[in-house]
Amino acid sequence: MESNEQIILKVNNLHTYFFTERGVAKAVNGVSFYVRGGETLAIVGESGCGKSVTALSIMKLVPSPPGKIVDGEIIFDDVDIVKLSEKEMRQIRGNRIGMVFQEPMTALNPVFKIGDQIAEVLLHHRKASKQDVQNKVIELLRKVGIPSPESRINDYPHQMSGGMRQRVIIAMALACNPKLILADEPTTALDVTIQAQILELMKELQENTGTAFILITHDLGVVAEMAERVIVMYAGRIVEASAVKDLFHNPLHPYTVGLMESVPSWSDTSGKKRLKAIPGIVPSLLALPSGCVFHDRCSKVFDRCKLEEPPLLEHDNSRLVRCWLYK
Amino acid sequence: MSTQNGALVSVKGLKKYYPVTGGVFRKQIGTVKAIDGIDLEVFRGETLGLVGESGCGKSTFGRVILRLENPTEGSVFFNGTNIFEIPKKELRQFRRRMQVIFQDPYSSLNPRQTVGRIIGEGLVIHNIGTKAERENRVREIMEIVGLRPEHINRYPHEFSGGQRQRICIARALILNPEFLICDEPVSALDVSIQAQVINLLLDLQEKYELTYLFISHDLSVVKHMCDRVAVMYLGKLVEVANKNELFSNPLHPYTQMLLEAVPRMEPSSSIKRRKLKGDLPSPLNPPSGCAFHPRCPDVLPFCREEIPELKEIRSGHFVRCILYTNEHKKSEGQVR
Repeated sequence: MESNEQIILKVNNLHTYFFTERGVAKAVNGVSFYVRGGETLAIVGESGCGKSVTALSIMKLVPSPPGKIVDGEIIFDDVDIVKLSEKEMRQIRGNRIGMVFQEPMTALNPVFKIGDQIAEVLLHHRKASKQDVQNKVIELLRKVGIPSPESRINDYPHQMSGGMRQRVIIAMALACNPKLILADEPTTALDVTIQAQILELMKELQENTGTAFILITHDLGVVAEMAERVIVMYAGRIVEASAVKDLFHNPLHPYTVGLMESVPSWSDTSGKKRLKAIPGIVPSLLALPSGCVFHDRCSKVFDRCKLEEPPLLEHDNSRLVRCWLYK
Repeated sequence: MSTQNGALVSVKGLKKYYPVTGGVFRKQIGTVKAIDGIDLEVFRGETLGLVGESGCGKSTFGRVILRLENPTEGSVFFNGTNIFEIPKKELRQFRRRMQVIFQDPYSSLNPRQTVGRIIGEGLVIHNIGTKAERENRVREIMEIVGLRPEHINRYPHEFSGGQRQRICIARALILNPEFLICDEPVSALDVSIQAQVINLLLDLQEKYELTYLFISHDLSVVKHMCDRVAVMYLGKLVEVANKNELFSNPLHPYTQMLLEAVPRMEPSSSIKRRKLKGDLPSPLNPPSGCAFHPRCPDVLPFCREEIPELKEIRSGHFVRCILYTNEHKKSEGQVR
């Protein structure tokens, strides 16, 4: 799906390291990608692949110390976010870039009413009268499908279910009409039927507001349903980037292939077959293998993989893959 | 299907209520009906999947049939013996035969004990073998579940999530149980590791003719692992059927909703989805009649008043829904 929308976010050669007592963990190690207005870009990978740290880097919320963006630039609206001061950054967070986190229980403050928590975002970024803010909060809650928002604004987070809380978080993210929303595992903590509702809501909101999403997830099913383009990450690197359709029809990188094969197939009815698991475990960021970081788990490994790390190679004009097989 | 070998576990009219207290004097102000009248059989050698969303009572069910908790009412027969009537003295002997694997391999292992001690604890408790024999047995079982026997003296934190789950499996298997309850055994694991553990569970079942009760909210895993599936909603079973039957022809509106909600790995497939609505009701204050009626797309006035029975619609396919009873004369063909 080629869109003509302009690029709103461009991440170039981002390196985010964590300086720990046991060594330097290169959580994000040379990641580059872009996001166009109104699209959904998915970042998929297993725990520790650097997908969440990428999102935190974009918001400049990497806990520091030990974390630090050591290299690279993040261009949002023609400005390099990496160089901005904390004060300037506060004008962007929640205003022009919204956030939705995984855990709707901890992302809300338990001692404030949800209406006040949403209002806080508005009051921080906009000058408005109390009445206007209140109306806007009610309107936002209605938009995200919370019934009778006039009374729900006085609820505390514990009075709401997980799905409702996630709707509140989305309302907060939307409050200032951001150009981009970072959603880090927005539905992972939710039950399937609630997950389906939240995903549906996100799609709807995107159509109505034209907000772009970066959707971070480990669930390939969610990627298939939500995104237009997808980045697959492994051990701090992008190993494959392509349109979602291409990725699912013809995954290139052996890791992507392995990920897809390890998920039980929905259409397979034969049952109890062994899954094709990827052998081994995700390597520790403190002790990465030489050469290609995936080589010790790869079924198609050959000598070059052990020695030299492949660059991100272009394939079929529109796709990127970090694997010597495609050289 | 594979199993007309008779029931290994047979649950009859099982109920587990928890009192809810409040106020200064901790007066009982309500009851949570975590399990509200379940009849279910687990056949020898099969994997029975128990699915449902959070709070539906599926984990409580697992705990009660292990007699980790006493039921409010009802009985559980294991090999014909009512487990709640087993005297305390004999309970330990009996517990060898049913074991459990929990979801979180981080919190279910004692961080201060070595892996060898964790896995071998069952042998110590049951006074099996000498110290040397026990160690050999532990090494043997570690090998079987895919752990390196030379790691016997390591501590849990030195292992990854997938390996820890293997430790839990080894601990469960060391006493040669017949019945294994797997409570969300792969939910906390990454997909690539999840597949390894699923394969291991399938291998072990084949090798030792184990019977599994597989509790999970992940329908694709259940579809892959199980022979039969029971769907639970707010403490009650709403549908029980053979796996293929359930996934190809779900009858209860809740089962249909659950299956439709699973994100598929096919981009732009645009599955026909009925609009989902509503949250899970609070088990403290469940809706009247059929507990699913506030969310049900096919709701009828009757549903608000009466709780339908779990009825066998066709051989082995049970459903608790008014749509499939004689009063409504809806034949299976007309629905969906």
